[in-house]
Amino acid sequence: MSVDKDNVVKIAKLSKISFKDDEIEKFQEDLNQIIDWVDQLSEVNTETVSPTFSSFDNDKGMKKREDIINDGNYREDITVNAPNSEEGFFLVPKVID
Amino acid sequence: MNNLLRGNTGDWEIVIGIEVHAQIISNSKLFSGSSTSFGADHNTQVSFVDAGMPGMLPVINSVCVEQAIKTGLGLNAKINNFSIFDRKNYFYPDLPQGYQISQFEQPIVGNGMITIDLDDGESKNIGIERLHLEQDAGKSLHDQHPSYSFVDLNRSGVALMEIVSMPDMRSPEEAQAYVKKLRNIMKYLQTCDGNMEEGSLRADINVSVRKPGDDLGTRCEIKNVNSIKFIGQAIDYEAKRQINLIEKGDLIEQQTRLFDPKKGQTRSMRSKEDSHDYRYFPDPDLLPLTFTNEFVDEIKKTLPELPDIRKKRFIDDYDLSSYDSNILVSEKETADYFEAAAENSNPKLVCNWVIGELFSVLNKINKTIEDCPIKAEDLGELINLIDNETITGRIAKDVFEIMLNTGESPVSIVDANNMKQVNDLNEIESVIDKIIEKNPDQVNALSEKPNLIGWFVGQVMKETQGKANPKTVNEILGKKLLKKG
Repeated sequence: MSVDKDNVVKIAKLSKISFKDDEIEKFQEDLNQIIDWVDQLSEVNTETVSPTFSSFDNDKGMKKREDIINDGNYREDITVNAPNSEEGFFLVPKVID
Repeated sequence: MNNLLRGNTGDWEIVIGIEVHAQIISNSKLFSGSSTSFGADHNTQVSFVDAGMPGMLPVINSVCVEQAIKTGLGLNAKINNFSIFDRKNYFYPDLPQGYQISQFEQPIVGNGMITIDLDDGESKNIGIERLHLEQDAGKSLHDQHPSYSFVDLNRSGVALMEIVSMPDMRSPEEAQAYVKKLRNIMKYLQTCDGNMEEGSLRADINVSVRKPGDDLGTRCEIKNVNSIKFIGQAIDYEAKRQINLIEKGDLIEQQTRLFDPKKGQTRSMRSKEDSHDYRYFPDPDLLPLTFTNEFVDEIKKTLPELPDIRKKRFIDDYDLSSYDSNILVSEKETADYFEAAAENSNPKLVCNWVIGELFSVLNKINKTIEDCPIKAEDLGELINLIDNETITGRIAKDVFEIMLNTGESPVSIVDANNMKQVNDLNEIESVIDKIIEKNPDQVNALSEKPNLIGWFVGQVMKETQGKANPKTVNEILGKKLLKKG
């Protein structure tokens, strides 16, 4: 498997990142190297192995919380780093569907 | 029932599948400890997890898991003891993480089935493909500022169940019945409050059309329809739109559409070509969700009586018709009210009064049965007064009217207004004798027109302000006037 230039452009667009043309070539190269490296895994026969979703012991499964309210109510802290906020709202460039 | 739509080139069949997003009833969010309550001041119910702050880790709410299992059981569905959370990646200002935690390939609940009840008394099974857990997004307000949208993250991270049906529905009515039934089941289970106005329950509707027997046509998805009425209108419009296009020789383009309630139309959403490339992958922050069969069995034990079972019990125990039982159980509150009223009273009469008088009055004063001014126990008492011949059916309607306006108990109303039924034979007989004496012409005409007996009954009722025992009146009138014939 390998990525072509169009793949890189598409992934960049989905990630809301813009690149210059020469950067795209560089990333294409980098990504292909990563994929080649990971592709070594396909040399192993995994027909009888079920997918690994986590490297931890699956038998225990995930830790669960009680259904209690013990967080929130710090609007100032939430919005303090926002580039733009007003009266406790985040302000973003107008989005219309 | 024939559901086909007639076009210029023959009959068309509508094929409908529905994805319902149902907000889970829980105190705190799916992966954080902030509150889920509706209507709080903006951005006050937001933790660092919900705001997508770097380094924060999600920890699942055990009650949300139980609620999903409970709902799955209520949908007669397969519960998966092993399921996976995935990241669904897309970019939008009300999604601070840049991805929604959802379940893609391995959901918590698999195939199931529910039975819908249609107006003609028929029922039909609708398949459930799956139910999975996911996070809700925040809310954007677009009308606060000319060049900015305002973002409120209170809803961000609230637990949702996405319930996906099979494409088993064939008409707007079936789709409406499906959503109603689903909502009703969840209200019985108390896993979702079903409030469509507050957005606790939203439906995405997939509609396609085909000639009967053909393969499935290309579908369009109508997003976020938020009332039962709109579901019907949206499907009706969309099916006709597609039929027109195909009959003109055009192809249906698979797209996402919005329903405009003001125009009663659907329109295409402007969306970028890549917007559906969600690049799902297992969320590395979360281990697989696992639980034992015993855990599921414990939840099974807590299931309440569901509408289908309750309906059967109403038919068996109260001797109600299938039609009436269906009306009563189709809203949990109505069924609860009926049972409270019928507990010490005549169930069949109670049923008639609830479906008749009570529904029409509630409709008139624009109230739901939850805030009904007449207490269920009082309605039962009123019906007992009719049943044990303390008041006549006619007087009962007056008492009902007073109960509605004052909230007083029927017994005290009847006492205070001297409304008791007159059962005294002598008293009724003397009234009847007087009427016969005053109306010799009518008495003579009786042999020609036996229906005139009704006129005499009316006169007696008028004379006694509707309080004379109708059975006794009929008996005495019969004896006195009809014995010759």
